Amino acid sequence: MAKFRVCPDSGFYFDKSAESLMKVNAVAGAVFLLIAGILALGVILTRWQEVHLLPADLFYQVLTAHGINALLFWVIFFEIAILYFASSTLLRSRLAAPGWAWAGFALMIIGAVMNNVAVLQGNSSVMMTSYVPMQAAPHFYLGLILFAVGALIGCFVFLGTLVIAKDDQTYQGSIPLVTFGALTACIIAIFTIASGAIILFPTFLWSIGYINHIDAEMYRIIWWAMGHSSQQINVAAHVSVWYLIIGILFNARPMSEKVSRFAFLLYIFFLQLASAHHILVDPGVSAEWKIFNTSYAMYLAVLASMIHGLTVPGAMEVAQRGKGYTKGLFEWLRKAPWGNPVFSGFFFALVIFGFIGGITGVVMGTEQINLIIHNTIYVPAHFHATVAVGTTLTFMALTYLLIPVLFRRALFLPWVAKMQPYVFAGGMTIMILFLLGAGTLGVSRRHWDMDFTGAALSFEYPGTAYMMMAVGGIGGVLGVLGGAMYLVVTVGSLLFGKKLEPSAGLLQSFGVPLAASAYNIDQPEQLQMAPKLAVEEHGSGGFEAPGTFVLALALLVCFVVYYAINWDYLASVWPMG
Amino acid sequence: MSSFLPPADRIWWKVPVGRQEIVWIGIALIWCLIMFFMMPYWHVYGKQNLSTEAYQTNPEKYGAAVETFVEKYQTRIDEQSGMPIVTPPAGSDIYMLGRLWQWYPILELEKDKTYRLHLGSMDWNHGFSLQPVNINLQVVPGYEMVIKITPDQAGEFTVVCNEFCGIGHHTMLGKIHVKEN
Repeated sequence: MAKFRVCPDSGFYFDKSAESLMKVNAVAGAVFLLIAGILALGVILTRWQEVHLLPADLFYQVLTAHGINALLFWVIFFEIAILYFASSTLLRSRLAAPGWAWAGFALMIIGAVMNNVAVLQGNSSVMMTSYVPMQAAPHFYLGLILFAVGALIGCFVFLGTLVIAKDDQTYQGSIPLVTFGALTACIIAIFTIASGAIILFPTFLWSIGYINHIDAEMYRIIWWAMGHSSQQINVAAHVSVWYLIIGILFNARPMSEKVSRFAFLLYIFFLQLASAHHILVDPGVSAEWKIFNTSYAMYLAVLASMIHGLTVPGAMEVAQRGKGYTKGLFEWLRKAPWGNPVFSGFFFALVIFGFIGGITGVVMGTEQINLIIHNTIYVPAHFHATVAVGTTLTFMALTYLLIPVLFRRALFLPWVAKMQPYVFAGGMTIMILFLLGAGTLGVSRRHWDMDFTGAALSFEYPGTAYMMMAVGGIGGVLGVLGGAMYLVVTVGSLLFGKKLEPSAGLLQSFGVPLAASAYNIDQPEQLQMAPKLAVEEHGSGGFEAPGTFVLALALLVCFVVYYAINWDYLASVWPMG
Repeated sequence: MSSFLPPADRIWWKVPVGRQEIVWIGIALIWCLIMFFMMPYWHVYGKQNLSTEAYQTNPEKYGAAVETFVEKYQTRIDEQSGMPIVTPPAGSDIYMLGRLWQWYPILELEKDKTYRLHLGSMDWNHGFSLQPVNINLQVVPGYEMVIKITPDQAGEFTVVCNEFCGIGHHTMLGKIHVKEN
C-alpha cells in the first residue's frame, strides 16, 4: 500500500516511491547539467577567438558532449521528475508501477553514461546531430537508444498514474492545467522517442556493419523529427511549470482554462512539424512541404506560444491586482517578489524565451530567410534563448521551490540563490544577443577557428565579428558562473541545508529507513476543485490584465519590426532561384 | 491556485472567454497568417528563393562531372592554393564540389549573369556558406543540388564550410571571383 506524507508548507502529498523517483531524476539532471556547464566553458573559451583555449580535436569532442548533456540528459531527467510530480503529487495519486519507473531510470543512467563514455573515448566527436555518413562508435548510438527507452518508460508511468488517479477518484472534475500541460509534453515525448528509434536503431546497426548504407538526407529529416521535437517537450514542460509557479507564488488561476488548454492542444497538433526548420536549405525538398511544415501548418504552434505569452503573465497580473496592486499599468509587476529566485528565474525565462527565443526562432524558420542564417552561430544563439534560458532557467527556478517542498531542506546560501537568476539570465542574454549579431555577419557554428589557420585559401571576417564573439564569450562565462551558483545552492542545500520536518533526505530514495511517522497517510483525501471566486472586475472594458496586454503588444511590435528587417536583409543578397 | 487544482467549473469548456484574450488571439492569428503568406508571396515576387532542382548521385558520377567541367573551362591555376580557376561562359552550368577539406574548383563569374550552380559532396555533409554575402546551403552526400544564382556584386567571395566535417573543417575554404563585365 502506498504511503503518503504531507508537506506542511505547501500542502502537497507525496507518495513515497514517487518522491524517491522525483529526487533521483532531479539529482541526475543536475549532475548532467554540471557536466554540460563545465564543457560549456571549453566551448565558449575556444570560440572567443582571442582566448582560443582548446585544440581542434578536443574542441569538437567537448562540443559534442556539451550539446548532448545539456539538450538531452539534463532536461529530460528533470522532465521525468516533473512528469511524476504533475501526476502523482498534483493528483494525490500513488505512482503507477514504481518498479518500472526505477527500471526506466536505470536505463536512462546507463544510456547517458554509455554515450558520454563513447564521446570521451574520442572516436565519436560527431556532434549531437551525428549526421551520417560520419560515423560514431556503436555504443554512442546504443547509449542514446537506451536513454530513450528509459525515458519512454517514464512517459508510460506518467500515463499509468493518470489512469490510476482517475480510477481511484483521487480528484474531482478535470485534471489541473499543469497536469494537462505535462500530458502535452508526454505525448510529444512519445512522438519524439518514436522518431528517434526509427532513425537511431538503423544507424546503430549500420555502425556495427549490419546495414551498409543510410541515406544522408533521410537521416536528417527523421533525426530532426526527434531533435527538434525533443525541444518541444521542453516548451510544453516549461510552460506547465510557469503555470505551476504563478499558481504557487500568487494563487493565480488561469484567465481561461479553455484558452490555455486549447493552446497546449495546438502544441500537440503542430509543434512536431518543426523538423522542417533544419531542412530549409537542403537539396530536393519541395517548397510546399517546407512552407507547410516550417510554419507549423500556419504558425498555429506559434499562435499557441503567443497565447501562453499573454495568459501566463496575465493570470499573474489578475491575481496581483486582486491583492490590491492596482496602481497604473505595472504596479503588479513592480511589486512582484523580485528577490525570490523562484519568481525572478521564472520571469526572466518567460521574457527571454518570448522576446529573443521566440522571435528569432520564427524569423530563422521562415523558408527563404533561413538562407541567410542556416548553420551560422545565430542558430545556437537562438536555442540558447529557448532551451538554455527558457527551459533551463525555469527548471532552476522550480528547483528553488522543490528543495524545501520535495527535499525538505532549507536553501543553502540563500543570498547566492537570490542573485543566481540575475547572473545567469544577464550573462546568457549578453551571449545570445552578441552571437545573434555574429551569426548575421556570417560566423559559422560548430567551427574551431574563425581565422582558418592552415587553410590553403584565406578569408577574414570583419573586425565587428571578432568583437561580437568576444563580448559573447564574456556573457557566456557569466552564464556559466550563474550555472555554477545554481549548483552550489542545490548541492549545498542537499548536503548542508537545514532539515525541515518531516524530513526524508536523498538517501531515503535508496532504501535507508526513516521515521515511520513521516509516511503515515494511506490515501490523501480527495483533491477538490479550485474554489469559485466571486467575479471581480479589474482593468476596464473587459481587459482584466491591461499591463500584460501592453507587454504583449510590445512583443508584437518587436516581432514585426525584426521580421521586416530580416526580409530586407534577405532582399540584399544575390538573387537566386 | 487553480492552475494546479482541478478547474473551478466542472464544465470549464463552456465558461466564456474574456475579451482581452479574444482580442489578442485575433491579433496573433492575423500576424501568423501574414507570416505564412509572406513565404508564397516571396516565391512569386521575391528574388531570393531556393530552387528545388536536385538529383540523386554518387561521388564517382558527380566527381567525373566536375572534372569534365574543370577541364573544359580552366583558365589558370591559383598561386596560393594550386587550385584550378575555372571561367565558364555566362549562363552556363557551373560545378562546385565539397570534400575533405576543400571546395573545388575556384569559379570566376561575370557580374549580373545567371548561372546554374551544381553543388555536391564527395564524402560527408558540408555547408556552403558564401561570405561576406551570407548565403548558406546544406550540401548532402548523394545529392546534387542545382541553384540559379546571379552575382550582383563584383569582387572576391569566399565559400566557408559551415557544417562540421571533421578535424580539418576549419581549413575548408573555396573562392568565387566575380568580374565586372
